[in-house]
Amino acid sequence: MTTELFIQYLFAGITYGSIYAIVAIGFNIIYNTTGIINFAQGEFVMLGGMIAISLLPFMPLPLAIGLSVLMTMVIGALIEIVFIRWLHSPSVLRMIIITIGISILTREAAVHIWGDNIRALPYFVGDEITTIGVLGARISPQVLWVVGVCGVMVFVLHLFFKTTSVGREMRACAANRTAAILCGINPRNMVTFSFVLSAGIGALAGCVMSPITYTQYDVGTGLAIKGFTVAILGGLGNSGGAVAAGLMLGIIEAFSVSVVPLAFQDAIAIAILLGILFVRPHGIFGSGEAARLKAF
Amino acid sequence: MALLEIEKLHRNFGGLQAVSDVSFQVESGQIKAVIGPNGAGKTTLFNLISGALAPSSGTVRFRDREIQGRQPHEIAVRGMARTYQNIKMFSGMTALENVMVGCHIQGKAGFLASMLHAPWTWPEEKAIRRQSMELLELLEITDCAHIEATSLAFGQQRAVELGRALAMKPSLLLLDEPAAGLNIYETAEVGRLITRIRDLGVTVLLVEHDMSLVMDISDEIVVLCYGQKIAEDLPAAIQQNPEVIKIYLGE
Repeated sequence: MTTELFIQYLFAGITYGSIYAIVAIGFNIIYNTTGIINFAQGEFVMLGGMIAISLLPFMPLPLAIGLSVLMTMVIGALIEIVFIRWLHSPSVLRMIIITIGISILTREAAVHIWGDNIRALPYFVGDEITTIGVLGARISPQVLWVVGVCGVMVFVLHLFFKTTSVGREMRACAANRTAAILCGINPRNMVTFSFVLSAGIGALAGCVMSPITYTQYDVGTGLAIKGFTVAILGGLGNSGGAVAAGLMLGIIEAFSVSVVPLAFQDAIAIAILLGILFVRPHGIFGSGEAARLKAF
Repeated sequence: MALLEIEKLHRNFGGLQAVSDVSFQVESGQIKAVIGPNGAGKTTLFNLISGALAPSSGTVRFRDREIQGRQPHEIAVRGMARTYQNIKMFSGMTALENVMVGCHIQGKAGFLASMLHAPWTWPEEKAIRRQSMELLELLEITDCAHIEATSLAFGQQRAVELGRALAMKPSLLLLDEPAAGLNIYETAEVGRLITRIRDLGVTVLLVEHDMSLVMDISDEIVVLCYGQKIAEDLPAAIQQNPEVIKIYLGE
């Protein structure tokens, strides 16, 4: 393999890997406050892209993206308030089925609103034939946007959880619900916040990736499967692990194209997920103890 | 007006009267202890006061407002902090961060501002950090500030838990067996801390098995037995009370 090709594959891998990582972090945020996997996480990504595309004719791109992220956050909050908030200590199984239902509902609503056309946001800088040279390889500037925005999101989330009171309250609620309540924290609000936050980062990822990967009403399902794989690989609830696992899966997928036919690319993720579940059910970076603590 | 007034409080679990017809008051600025043999209903009483359980009947009035049946986090916000017999730390967070969560009640930064790390939230964050450090200083565990709370020694975790409760600036602090699992030195240390907390103006209501600690620090003692109050008096009088002696030593 030539250096150029190697770099080409590497960048493709990092691009997809950072998107998987963001979806996985969305899973983790909700998992940490509720102990459930929100299978509608991929739909937030789809909604982010779709809403921004619909808003674009009426306003400049940055504004459309900003508004789309805000609207998806509101939708995330509504979903939590309507379907989950009023449940009195529901079982994990019931919550999972509810989120699968929400996912189907959102997807169907999207078909009715936007149809089944494939759409995309324009490239943020230049167009699809603009490239920049990196060590002899040609990559699209949008790739740098995706990687950059995902990187900034991870960093800002880290700051949010480490240095703001709402972030600390969410961590406290995840670590020990009873003690958090004793500190006057309303755990229901924390669950709503976690949906808002997950919806927001998912939507932003959906916007920046849209020019390269395109957006369609059912793009969320595939992303949810990849994101779920990454969340499990990285250890559920462990966001550092999600970044590492996301990049790993993205890069493996990208390089797999040079060995197996393109059609098998998606099978790679599932094969890795199964392998990991057999050998290390708590993920590569997760600790077995943490996995046992949650009622999952 | 007493800070906490409990009137004719009842709670039954099926046919079992865990707490029956208990009434007493806690005056501002005192340390009041609830003692009694195992199964006397002390922890149930605490759960009724802090809102973890709803009473079958009766009233709990805190700062002139009836609070029975309210959600625990609402009662906490009204100024009642509580610790549990088995320590509940926030794992994955340092001792300092644990205490900072207690300060959250004072926080005004909204979710969005906080998420965007808006500059106007920085002074608040700084103030919370400073206050929490001061509390760690008061409890003499400044060295542990940046160590993960769950890896601290048991006595230190107890102190962190006290700090977290105090960070809420409570007017009433409920302590459920603060000396459980501590050796004599640590127990004496906790006793010293509790009186210091009282001197800061926080009223303390505690459940405790360690009699020497209770007799040392409490201003008044309530004795429960089989869910009923059988005595309420000064420590010296409780020690002479024939009924109390009978419960603890037998006939």
